Amino acid sequence: MRHTVIEVEDLGKRYGGRPVLDGVSFTVAEGEIFGILGPNGAGKTTAVECVEGLRVPDTGTVRVLGMDPHAQGDRLRERIGVQLQETGLPGSIRVGEALELYSSFYREPRDLPGLLAEWGLEDKRNVRYSKLSGGWRQRVHIALALVGRPRVAFLDELTTGLDPQARRDTWRLIRRVRESGVTVVLISHFMDEVEELCDRVTVLDGGRVRATGTPAELIARAGGEHRMSFRPVDDLDPSLVTSLPGVTGVERDGRRVVVTGTGDFATAVTAALARDHVLVAELRIDRRTLDDAYLALTGRPLEV
Amino acid sequence: MLGRIIAVEFRLRMRELLTPLFALALPLALLFGFGLVPGADRPAEGLGGQALTEYMAALGIAVAFAILALMMMPGVLSDYREKGVLRRMRATPVRPSALLLAQLVVNAGAALVSVATLLAVGTAVFGTALPRDPAAFAAAALLCLGALLAIGALVTAVSPSARAGNALGSLLFFPSLFFAGVYLPYDKMPGPLQRVCDLTPLGAGLRAMRDAWMGHDVRISQLAIMALYGLVATVAAARLFRWE
Repeated sequence: MRHTVIEVEDLGKRYGGRPVLDGVSFTVAEGEIFGILGPNGAGKTTAVECVEGLRVPDTGTVRVLGMDPHAQGDRLRERIGVQLQETGLPGSIRVGEALELYSSFYREPRDLPGLLAEWGLEDKRNVRYSKLSGGWRQRVHIALALVGRPRVAFLDELTTGLDPQARRDTWRLIRRVRESGVTVVLISHFMDEVEELCDRVTVLDGGRVRATGTPAELIARAGGEHRMSFRPVDDLDPSLVTSLPGVTGVERDGRRVVVTGTGDFATAVTAALARDHVLVAELRIDRRTLDDAYLALTGRPLEV
Repeated sequence: MLGRIIAVEFRLRMRELLTPLFALALPLALLFGFGLVPGADRPAEGLGGQALTEYMAALGIAVAFAILALMMMPGVLSDYREKGVLRRMRATPVRPSALLLAQLVVNAGAALVSVATLLAVGTAVFGTALPRDPAAFAAAALLCLGALLAIGALVTAVSPSARAGNALGSLLFFPSLFFAGVYLPYDKMPGPLQRVCDLTPLGAGLRAMRDAWMGHDVRISQLAIMALYGLVATVAAARLFRWE
């Protein structure tokens, strides 16, 4: 069992009588990429701000690296790195200046040439922040979040407004952050991003946790049937498939066999076919996505 | 760490050129514009016996103070708040109040540079005398600058956005200049208007600086008014300031 680095229990926060967080609990283990997923206004940012010590929750307890973010905020902020949704830098500051400035805030900062090289920022050293494209700005913000050698990095809506290529690049960077031993908390309203990157996800909606688990678990838990189909090269005895766990129906559609089922039935089917040396062609599995899971969990699609 | 923040803030202000323009170029333009008028170096009846060159040097100092404290600083700080610069800093081991302090230091520094420049250029180019009561002059200048910076901080505190910060700063800036006597010299104002001027921070400040410059006794009441503005605005700004 890996160490728990963040422990949130029964967090509650109200703004002007309106509950923004209502009994939110989750834990984050060391070294994982933990996703907080939900639509705008779900309370994601407020929850993370309580964890970072920027806001004081009305109820509940938070422990980060064994510290109380509010009471021990100064010590905690030495050990966490944060990237915020908004810009956060003056437009006329140069990339190198911003990194030098932020490195002066921490007791044991990273060496700057190394950090600049790691994030491909050497050539941008003397470029003003306002002249950078969205993708480069995100690199600067990730580098700033890492300059103090944090154990946990909080990345808030990192890829909003980026083009698809820049998003893919940013995902690669986030994996690199984790590989360097930093636990990552990723706040996002993009399904594909969370499904692609996160080891575990908590789905927040209306200030409450709807579900927490790996993306695959959430998809499985959301239930519902889905389908796979294939064309056997030789004749197939349907009983080979019907008795498998999770399979709810087998139909023939011309030469194709269509299998419906729940959970991880598709793996069971392909394993059984392989075991009996049944050759199939045109295998197609209608994979369920986190989008479907989200719809099942909250009763509505995620609006962006 | 604080030194680094001040150094970066200083470089940013220099890079944007507005601070050096207003802190140095504008007051110097006033001094040269009026100082080159024939007879400007002779004591003038309408200026309470002060030479126009000396009067313009004192006025330039007051104008520089007002621009830096009421326009530049609230503009920059409310922009920082709007862009999340202060919020981002809250998530580091350093408190964003360090940035506020750095802004005060940079603007106060720019103001003192403009005082030194106006004194030096006035003496070298126009042969103006240095303040005859240097201690009183220094006290008047520092109290005036302190009061205006505190008011600037209060403007930042109560402005919900960068735009509002600029608007509110301008709203205070132009009347301040009027009451300081930029449009109509204090000495030519009717008595009741003079009483009002004496109650404004820049009006009291400029009058006290001019009195010290000419070697007249500086009224304690005027120094006290500036100190009071500074104190009240500082307390109010500290209570009302929001980081985001």
